Amino acid sequence: MDIPKLISSKRFVLGFLFILLVVLTTLPLYAARYSIVLLTTIFMYVVLTVSWTMFSGPTGYVSLAPAAFFGAGVYASALLGFVFPLPVIIVVGALSSACLALLVGALTLRLRGIYFVMFTFGLVELLLHFILWWEVTITGTTGRVVPTVGNTTVYYLMLTILVMVILTTYLIKHSRFGLALQSIGECEEAAAHTGVNVTALKIMTFAASAFFMGAAGAVMATRWTYIDPRIAFNPILSFLPVLMAIFGGMGQLFGPVIGAVIFTTLEEFLITRFPYYYMLIFGIIMVVAILYLPDGLVGLTQKLWNRISGAKYADP
Amino acid sequence: MPILECKEVSRYFGGLAALSRVNFHVEQGEVLGLIGPNGAGKTTLFNLMSAALKPQSGTIRFKDTDVKRLGPYKICRMGLARTFQTVRIFPNMTVLNHAILASYFGRSPGMSSPEALRSASETLEFVGLSTVKAIPAKDLTLANQKRLEVARALGTHPEILLLDEIMAGLNPAEVAQAMELVIRIRNKGITIIMIEHVMKAIMSLCDRIIVLHHGQKIAEGTPQEIATSEKVIKVYLGDKAHAGSK
Amino acid sequence: MIVTIFDILIAGLLMGGIYALIAVGLSLQYGVARVLNIAHGEFIMIGAFITWALYSAFKISPLLCVTISGPLVFVIGFVLYRALFARLRTTSPSPAVFEGKSMLACFGILFIAQNLAILIWGADIKGYSYLAFPIEFWGAKFPANRLITLGFAVAFGSAFYLFLARTRMGKAIRAAAQDPAAAGLMGVNISRVLAFCFGLGALMAGLGGTLLSMSYQIQATMGLEYTMIALIVIVLGGLGSIPGSFIGGFLLGLVGSIVTYVQPGLSLVAYYVIFMLLLLAKPTGILGR
Repeated sequence: MDIPKLISSKRFVLGFLFILLVVLTTLPLYAARYSIVLLTTIFMYVVLTVSWTMFSGPTGYVSLAPAAFFGAGVYASALLGFVFPLPVIIVVGALSSACLALLVGALTLRLRGIYFVMFTFGLVELLLHFILWWEVTITGTTGRVVPTVGNTTVYYLMLTILVMVILTTYLIKHSRFGLALQSIGECEEAAAHTGVNVTALKIMTFAASAFFMGAAGAVMATRWTYIDPRIAFNPILSFLPVLMAIFGGMGQLFGPVIGAVIFTTLEEFLITRFPYYYMLIFGIIMVVAILYLPDGLVGLTQKLWNRISGAKYADP
Repeated sequence: MPILECKEVSRYFGGLAALSRVNFHVEQGEVLGLIGPNGAGKTTLFNLMSAALKPQSGTIRFKDTDVKRLGPYKICRMGLARTFQTVRIFPNMTVLNHAILASYFGRSPGMSSPEALRSASETLEFVGLSTVKAIPAKDLTLANQKRLEVARALGTHPEILLLDEIMAGLNPAEVAQAMELVIRIRNKGITIIMIEHVMKAIMSLCDRIIVLHHGQKIAEGTPQEIATSEKVIKVYLGDKAHAGSK
Repeated sequence: MIVTIFDILIAGLLMGGIYALIAVGLSLQYGVARVLNIAHGEFIMIGAFITWALYSAFKISPLLCVTISGPLVFVIGFVLYRALFARLRTTSPSPAVFEGKSMLACFGILFIAQNLAILIWGADIKGYSYLAFPIEFWGAKFPANRLITLGFAVAFGSAFYLFLARTRMGKAIRAAAQDPAAAGLMGVNISRVLAFCFGLGALMAGLGGTLLSMSYQIQATMGLEYTMIALIVIVLGGLGSIPGSFIGGFLLGLVGSIVTYVQPGLSLVAYYVIFMLLLLAKPTGILGR
């Protein structure tokens, strides 16, 4: 039996995913509360990482703003938590993040990539300062309370967003837009001359990725229950998805997923024992990954896999 | 009415005039040659025509529309496609996908997947790249990469094709193949403007030739006229004996 | 009324001096070494904390600390370039890839530096007082330490300008900024020059940090905001223009001073508004090419 061929066959992968989905959906029925909470956190990071990869992967435009879009979703929950039901708030949070991304994109994505990086780098801090000033000066509150929903509800909501973002990323990647995004990343000028509306596509994809980040933020806010601007807009949430995507590898869809799973479990393990050491370690891993893992863990594994199974050029 | 015309086109970089008050037109179905020493402004002219750059004075009209307001992707969808002097393929994309991309985003957007695939396959067949369609572009030979650029441009179903030195760096056999390809493109009714240094190709393929020097047009005419023009010979061709070979 | 305008003006210049210094540092790192150092603020923080530590422990004057913190931060920057960015430069298939990877590496360094600082010195706010007595002229009072900061920034800026214009290394730097390959062919030891530039940029950040620590409170997380300001200044001055960054720093300082007078807490927002206006109207900045 040709093991490598069996494992890479589409049916095997689909079967595996289906079983995984069933397991995850039925988990709250028999798993410990701690596992549910941990998995929810893993789901959140997977959503952030896959969303980030949706845009920054193929185009090569490194967005340093996930924390800003996530925070916008969190704040939507904080502002509207007692006014609307949660599903509405999630949509509002997602849409406001998407609108923010449209603005940022329209401003920066018609220019050289460096402006985009610089602008997104400061976006989190900008929003933090602005909302802090607004809350202090105009509304007079510095913290807001968000109504809670049960752990299980948060789990299922996050799982749903996760499935949606993975599905969306997969569909984009295998559509004409995915091809166009790849062409933008490989040679933007040539892509434009081949008829691709480069600026519009970049902006739309950027907004789509922000949409899911905002949705995730709106959901997670209910778990934290108390929100102030510093909690909502946390620069670490810009760093971690980028790290996870780079370490996992951005070529394939499951690269970011694996990276997110690994680092979230690592973080859970280290955060209680060595709270400041773990960010130090992550920083070092980032530098090492940049130096020695250009295609990420998945890319490395694929190279070894190709050597084992003898494939060189896959079918188009 | 000419399919493309340039009136008093000028473009400066800093204080240097890359193009200075250039006037010419191209008729539909023609093969127009664009020659001149290095730095004469030929590629800059292509950049202006494909709307990658904007002229600082003068107008360029494609199918009687002023090009100035349009961006490269709009010009492409109107029917103007080009290749690049330094090959600008998508290194990690397969040959077939290059053509598929062109089908999806060229002059007939909204193609379904099967239609795009069929159109792409036809383009590759026409250009002669069907055997390597599954190979990532970075693994092709230079000759094939240049051919891929032509395929990508043709895949957008253009009315006019700008070829920028597609024969540079090719050996004589490859040059002959490229020349034959140009003839086949011309026979399809596509207007061609080609920048070339390979004189044999220019002289035998072109209906008319324009000569640029220091950003100015210094001569225009049939290959025979250009080959015997003293102005051109002095500037570029060097010696009467080298010119006008057929 | 006139006194108030004068107040704002001078306050703006005082802050602007520090902005100018740190922006020139970042401009060197990005303009010449082509590293978008988003950890720039952490070098500022390191300079500030070294000074604070030396002053708190041994009562060494910050102005003397400069002779320790400066070279120290320079060495860190130099070594970092040689160990990390030089290798990235040789293994990257194109300049664009190098810029992307080096920026991400700096992202990693940001978190390494910040958390190291927290581990060593703690996460809370620190401060010390030095030369805080007011000096009065033309009816306005300003703390001595801030005036010294301005003087220092201007002096250092001028010295640097002369360095670039007159010395051999300065010329090598200007050549490398224009065309590294050509400079290399002319006999310039490119890898050493680029590392030197990076170290020099870090040194300016460290210097800025030392000067900051004299007048303001410091915290391990202070770096991010200053990195943002430096980024905005180099865009304002024009990417690749060192004189532009110097002027831009003072301009932004002035803006910050005016905004702080009108509505404190909004200065960073105002800087970003300027950033946005630049992106809309003239991304190449004042002196950009």
